[in-house]
Amino acid sequence: MAATISDAGTRRDFLYVASGAVGAVGVATAAWPFIDQMNPTTAALALASTEVDLSTVQPGQQVIVKWRGHPLFVRRRTPAEIEAAKAVDVNSLPDPLAFNHNLAGGEDSGPATDANRATKPEWLILIGVCTHLGCTPTVSTPQIPEGDYGGWLCHCHGSMYDTAGRIRKGPAPRNLEVPPYTFLSDTRIKVG
Amino acid sequence: MSGPSTYKPNSSLERWIDARLPLPRLLHDTVHTFPTPKNLNIWYTFGGILAFCLGVQIVTGIVLAMHYVANAGLAFDSVEAIMRDVNYGWLIRYMHANGASMFFLAVYIHMFRGLYYGSYKAPRELIWIIGVLIYLLMMATAFFGYVLPWGQMSFWGATVITNLFSAIPVVGSHIATWLWGDFAVGDATLNRFFSLHYLLPFIIAGVVVLHIWALHVPGNNNPLGIDVKSPQDTVPFHPYYTVKDAFYLTLFVIIFAAFVFYSPDFFGNPDNYQPANPLVTPPDIVPEWYLLPFYAMLRSIPNKLLGVIVMGGAIVTLVFLPWLDTSRVRSCRFRPLMKQFFWGFVVACVLLGYCGSQSVDAVKFGIPMVWVARVASLYYYAFFWLILPIVGLIETPKKLPASIAQSVLGDNAAQPAE
Repeated sequence: MAATISDAGTRRDFLYVASGAVGAVGVATAAWPFIDQMNPTTAALALASTEVDLSTVQPGQQVIVKWRGHPLFVRRRTPAEIEAAKAVDVNSLPDPLAFNHNLAGGEDSGPATDANRATKPEWLILIGVCTHLGCTPTVSTPQIPEGDYGGWLCHCHGSMYDTAGRIRKGPAPRNLEVPPYTFLSDTRIKVG
Repeated sequence: MSGPSTYKPNSSLERWIDARLPLPRLLHDTVHTFPTPKNLNIWYTFGGILAFCLGVQIVTGIVLAMHYVANAGLAFDSVEAIMRDVNYGWLIRYMHANGASMFFLAVYIHMFRGLYYGSYKAPRELIWIIGVLIYLLMMATAFFGYVLPWGQMSFWGATVITNLFSAIPVVGSHIATWLWGDFAVGDATLNRFFSLHYLLPFIIAGVVVLHIWALHVPGNNNPLGIDVKSPQDTVPFHPYYTVKDAFYLTLFVIIFAAFVFYSPDFFGNPDNYQPANPLVTPPDIVPEWYLLPFYAMLRSIPNKLLGVIVMGGAIVTLVFLPWLDTSRVRSCRFRPLMKQFFWGFVVACVLLGYCGSQSVDAVKFGIPMVWVARVASLYYYAFFWLILPIVGLIETPKKLPASIAQSVLGDNAAQPAE
């Protein structure tokens, strides 16, 4: 039988394209485990939670505990600090979104008002990681001011946060992140 | 390599090998008879010095890896054990730490030399681009290595640099998590950085072979920037340049040894003798001196994504250099205008380095350093994207000598040497 040759391609062309395609898929499939092994292990992914005792924290004081490898800021704000945070016009902020994981509709479902940043106004709970390049900002107190807004100053690259942990000046693009937390009692919270 | 081979096997054994694996022929043609311009000056010895530096880092590094423990709980103490308990551990670690600084010192001189004499211009564009790749690999290797002692600067330097990737829109934070293997820099990060720190020097060695291979096709540029025209313009690489390289290498090693023995922590940061603490950032995070100019660019921009782009772009720009320079003359010796802009560029780089070493709100002589960094960054970019293309078109170069031999020997070069 004579072989028919047509413009649609020969058996060899088909084998060439088919084996090339299967080979490409195979290489991509084989590469994935080598890429994904770099991601956090199941052990790291298991969302650890931490309980913090608030009874020893004085007004105007901040304590730092470790949560998922990051520093966690627990700050008991003074009435003056709360008032300062409430007085800010949300629309004037560099990052007008709440970035609070306790909001019902997701962390950015509300504006960055003080009420959306702290469940109980007296207690501000934040992940102590500057949203610029990850340094730990230094807390500001009336005795030793850090930055221009009474909150925090990141010494690495000069980002300034206010008393609700919102970015006000400097290269950081976002407000300090509020982690998911619940009050177990008036003097005890569970983070995570 | 280029040109016909001049290798002549002298014995039956050499002929036997040459017919099977012509390695002796390769070495003969590349490091023995290779015709090299006879006017190379001191600045051309840094290629050899750099090969030496890579060798020192690999040898000392392999030894250090025999005693180092890549574990967040043990790394700091294992480095202290190297310094106190391991026989000559202090010497080998100080050689490795200062060796990195010496490596970068040499590579910066090597790069400025290439810039001044136009060694990146046709037909040597690929030598330059491969060199930029080596420079990038060096920076990555140095960064990974700096993390390993797991001191405060190690930890926070790693945090800041890996967070640069989080500036990428949408996928940035996933990339950062992928790099860390956790939600922050930690044990997983340290282990992978150790693995990569061990790997990359051998990649560098491989790319260096490509660098030298590409160099041996057109041969060396030279301080006059004119092509080799006759055998009179060249001398064989050995013994002329092997001896010259060895002489200047000796001087270089004296400086290297002076740091190792008399001021081993000169380039170091005292904060790195504190164990890593994920809860406390040191007041001033400063990278190693050789990264300061880029760090100053990053800090001078008050926007995260833009800062990262400006910093990365400063290195990417180097790749385009061969096509940004429009001049037909290579060497700045014959480019009166370009020479001044070149030294301006050197000053801008040094100023950027100084700004990077100062705290972010520093004011010197009434001038905020962040503004100095901005002006210097602007000059850095303008030098490549505006000055180089324009000056090449408007400048009148000085008259080029007829040949290397004539420039070296005067008009007597016309007659063959007695």
